[in-house]
Amino acid sequence: MIPASFDYVKATSVDGAVAALVKGGEDAKVLGGGQSLLPVLRLRLNAPSVLIDVSEVGEMRSVTDDGDSILIGASVTTYEVMHNELVKEHAGLLSLTAGVVADPAIRHKGTFGGSVAHADPAGDLPTVAAALDCEMVIAGPNGRRTVAAKDFFVDYFTTALAADEVLVAVRVPKLGAGWSYNYQKFNRTAQAWAIVGVAAAVKSENGTITEARVALTNMGATPIRATGVEAALAGASSSEAIAAAASKAADGTSPTSDLHADGEYRKHLAQVLTRRAVQAASGI
Amino acid sequence: MTATAETTDTTKAIGRPIRRKEDERLLHGRTNWTDNIQLPGTIHMATLRSPMAHAKITNIDISAAVASEGVLHVYIGADFPDLPGTTCVWPVTDDIVMSHMPAICTDEVRYVGDVVAIVLATDQNLAVDALQLIDIDYEPLGAVVDMEEALKPGSPLVHESAGTNLCYTAKMPCGDYEAAKAKADVVVSRRFINQRLIPNTMEPRSVVAAPMGMSDEITIWTSTQIPHVLRVLLALLTGIPENHIRVVAPDVGGGFGAKLQINREEVLALVLAKKLGRPIKWTEARSEHFVSTHHGRDQIQDIEIAATKDGTVLGMKVDLLADMGAYLQIITPGTPLLGMFMYSGIYKMEALDFTCTGVYTTKTPTDAYRGAGRPESTYAIERIMDELAAELGMEPMELRKKNWIKHDEFPYTQIAGLTYDTGNYEAATERAMEMFGYEALRVEQEARRAAGDPVQLGIGISTFTEMCGLAPSRTLGALKYVAGGWEHCTVRALPTGKIELITGTSPHGQGHETAWSQIASDIIGVPVEDIEVVHGDTGRSPYGMDTYGSRSLAVGGQAIKLAGERLVEKARIIAAHQLEVSPDDVEFSAGTYSVKGDPEKSTTIQAVAFEAFTAHNLPDGVEPTLSGEATVDPLDFSYPHGTHLAAMEVDTETGKVTLRKYVCVDDCGVQINPMIVEGQVHGGVAQGIAQAMYEGAVYDAEGNLLTASLAEYLLPSAADLPSFDTDRTVTPSTTHPLGTKGIGEAGAIASTPAIINGVIDAIRHLGVNNIDMPASPMTVWRAIQAAKSGGN
Amino acid sequence: MTHISATVDGVHRQGDVEPRTLLVHWLRESLGQVGTTVGCDTSNCGACTVLVEGRSVKSCSVLAVQIDGKSVTTIQGLAEGEEWHPVQKAFKECHGLQCGYCTPGMVMASVDLLNENPNPTEAEIREGLEGNLCRCTGYHNIVKAVAMAAAEMGASK
Repeated sequence: MIPASFDYVKATSVDGAVAALVKGGEDAKVLGGGQSLLPVLRLRLNAPSVLIDVSEVGEMRSVTDDGDSILIGASVTTYEVMHNELVKEHAGLLSLTAGVVADPAIRHKGTFGGSVAHADPAGDLPTVAAALDCEMVIAGPNGRRTVAAKDFFVDYFTTALAADEVLVAVRVPKLGAGWSYNYQKFNRTAQAWAIVGVAAAVKSENGTITEARVALTNMGATPIRATGVEAALAGASSSEAIAAAASKAADGTSPTSDLHADGEYRKHLAQVLTRRAVQAASGI
Repeated sequence: MTATAETTDTTKAIGRPIRRKEDERLLHGRTNWTDNIQLPGTIHMATLRSPMAHAKITNIDISAAVASEGVLHVYIGADFPDLPGTTCVWPVTDDIVMSHMPAICTDEVRYVGDVVAIVLATDQNLAVDALQLIDIDYEPLGAVVDMEEALKPGSPLVHESAGTNLCYTAKMPCGDYEAAKAKADVVVSRRFINQRLIPNTMEPRSVVAAPMGMSDEITIWTSTQIPHVLRVLLALLTGIPENHIRVVAPDVGGGFGAKLQINREEVLALVLAKKLGRPIKWTEARSEHFVSTHHGRDQIQDIEIAATKDGTVLGMKVDLLADMGAYLQIITPGTPLLGMFMYSGIYKMEALDFTCTGVYTTKTPTDAYRGAGRPESTYAIERIMDELAAELGMEPMELRKKNWIKHDEFPYTQIAGLTYDTGNYEAATERAMEMFGYEALRVEQEARRAAGDPVQLGIGISTFTEMCGLAPSRTLGALKYVAGGWEHCTVRALPTGKIELITGTSPHGQGHETAWSQIASDIIGVPVEDIEVVHGDTGRSPYGMDTYGSRSLAVGGQAIKLAGERLVEKARIIAAHQLEVSPDDVEFSAGTYSVKGDPEKSTTIQAVAFEAFTAHNLPDGVEPTLSGEATVDPLDFSYPHGTHLAAMEVDTETGKVTLRKYVCVDDCGVQINPMIVEGQVHGGVAQGIAQAMYEGAVYDAEGNLLTASLAEYLLPSAADLPSFDTDRTVTPSTTHPLGTKGIGEAGAIASTPAIINGVIDAIRHLGVNNIDMPASPMTVWRAIQAAKSGGN
Repeated sequence: MTHISATVDGVHRQGDVEPRTLLVHWLRESLGQVGTTVGCDTSNCGACTVLVEGRSVKSCSVLAVQIDGKSVTTIQGLAEGEEWHPVQKAFKECHGLQCGYCTPGMVMASVDLLNENPNPTEAEIREGLEGNLCRCTGYHNIVKAVAMAAAEMGASK
């Protein structure tokens, strides 16, 4: 199948992309790597009138060190996120997780920003963005603004991005020393989307967890921070304590039911995978 | 006689793992898939499919589509009111309710995917664009999704005029099951679901039909397994004379039964090419494949087995519900019955009571899919044997050994009346257990159980046999199958000494070009590379019964042998004339005719071919040209067998199942090319594992297919499977002159129960005694939870 | 229509395309490069895998307009004249293909995998090919072929 007809604008700057979006109106769509968008268009589940290609906008293609954070351009590919030295050093959870997204060919083309802006609750990278308290740098006709991850993901495939706005970059706070991390992706086949995923980052001192970040994939309409687990992990120094904390992973969630898992099973998985992710991250 | 060694005789081509002739073009993209064909003036066809499972069509508005850019014609059912879209050649019983699938639906749709209109346009994209402009009003008639509900009074009827959703009832009582049961100490019954599968050949279906201008002939290139059968059926369905239809199966990207079919797109392309006088092209999108290409399996199996307490099996009762889908296609009703004779597997028993009820539902029609009936029967017998073993407290392999036919009991006429010519279950099993490390794995299993390891280990066994090479024709006739079971071959020596081998088989990945060359090479003594195998084109190979049911070598191989021998015999007469001796005094070996006792006096088959061409000096009464031709109707089916073992790990916390180790020892008799045999085993095993662990069509209550793309319908990738440890024992068939059996489906037939038996073996101690396929993590986790709380 | 030009299998090609034209359709229908196949419409199967600027992509999930100015290598441009690429040789030697429909993508994904990791373990080969589906081989011989090609390419360095 081939998409319905559309116009194509190759943006060369962020301002140009925004201008094209404004001009294109409601039926305009931003094209990043296209790895989620093009299959949707091919199945004719969506038919935008114009695609604005931001995949080669220079400003959106770089990873830069910005003091306490690194700034990852929205059009940096998943493959580049896996291998970029700055990301590996300061946001290892992100490079690790990038390696389990889809498959190598898709990682070559798909972008970090595209994944975040697409906001598929089964996507792995939005969860990491939530876990790491990332900030989204957004450009629109009225200039730029920054939105925290917790406010960015609004609903299924819905973000704080307005129709005339472009995600320019993701600011990823550096984790600093003492942190370790893990991502547990549970799926039926290697290339399938996560049934449930758990991102965990823990800071430990002398075998005791002092601080933890835990975020869940596909446990609701958006990536979810397991705040109950995070609180309970503080001070944990045994596998029993981790298990007890992990048992709170599904608290307050109402995950969807689909072909591969119903909500109850997802809740169960969230607990098991949280325990495993924290154990793997902390080595406890 | 059973041997384990492969042929090492380098003077012979048969038995050697010769690298394939097909590969050079396939590895360089120099291929001829149907969708590659771009003829001048081609008209592109796109199909509009019903979004409703069952509805009356109350209004169709095509005006916007007709006016759309590039559109030449829009056709609806009323334009072809009498044109069928398919046909069924196997009305299995006298009571069968047949169905009529129109080429385009006229007033009613019966499954999501039923064709309601077609657009013909100058360009594929414009044709698809116009589909979205057709407006159809539907009045829902009620979906029929569940087979048991379908049979209840008051269910909506898929075919109103039939007055029932019952398609047929086939019964085959063998022996007296009730008497056997009365003697039994133990009776075990289980309900198994052999779920609906969607074939997913990597090449989607595609068809091009074109009047070629040189005659009245229309050439139809189509991605099919059955060019010969299709030609006959297209002629019968369309009224276009058979002699005006040439069917070509070019490079075909996988079949697995999905391309053993006559499809409405083929019928329409042919009729429209004739009507419009221009090439018509249609290629299926993958999303279209999911609803429009026939599905496989889909049975509910109620199985009961009766045995004495020492583990002697007495009899078995089989009660099947088989989902036909909305219409009967080529062998839809016969597919479940292809397993009818095989429910006793390799075991001796005194009674087998078989009943199969075919049911119409508002779903995509089912038909043959790799194994077709035998995977279902093998699953039933191999699963119930494990359940019986558990009930008796016996080791499952010991139960099998106690009941299987011993190697010195062949030929053996089993309970359903088939005579297995040869087999050696002991040898294959012994080899498999040795490769598997069976005893060590049992020890590890025990240790993990004792330790309460969250990851439990299970051993899955499948000791199977199957029947392949559907023949002889007389038997097929008795089963009401309309076609025959023979195969044809012509071996033609060209003037320059090269050979054309024209076969009626039609490969789509099996490597016939290589393997058939190997057979002919040994028989006529020319190098493998000098033999060209011609196939898949009714214009070049007029007779054939095509490729399905693991028949190509089992049946087609016999025709190659006989045709080659006939060529050799004709050449002997010419050679004798050249050598000025009597034919009786000429010996033939490795392509050379020599005078007995005077080997210096000789000529070659290539030289004879040239003599036959010039015809300057032929003996009286011998016609010019050199060829041999044969059409062979085999004496019987052939019966490959083997032992497959799977080590399964089950993560009891998540339900996730992992295949750790897979060992199989197959016996397909003499192997023409062991490399190809092994490849067939790998692929078949993977497909069977995929049924057990990943695949399964799911419909909602409204009859919508929920698993309608590769994102939802899961196929395993390399990352989801292990390497396989394979070997073969060789027990030549005695009913097939080459000693060969079949191997194309064996892996898919054997592996599914091995996997599920392994999963259950891992968690049986937790109280689990059944898992419905696919063994998805949630399914397994739920089974464990249910067992914990006392149910299952 | 948008005008694009690209180097395809070493040859400079150009033409006008509709923006919606997928790279694989441009290759197959406009350029006659029918060696690359289409197997699905959800980017799952990988049959259409080609290299763009030396890296694997699924050509059904890239717009033709997006490769303007870039280089594309398909299965048809892999061999150097008569000399087969080591991956092609190994696929034949190991019987890593049956019907051959997934083969163009499988071979190109394997080439990319070995560019990335010249000495992969079996697990790395399997994971590296997770985006390419084959229905015939069960992958066993494909994995063997990639390992053989790795050894061959390592030895020739």
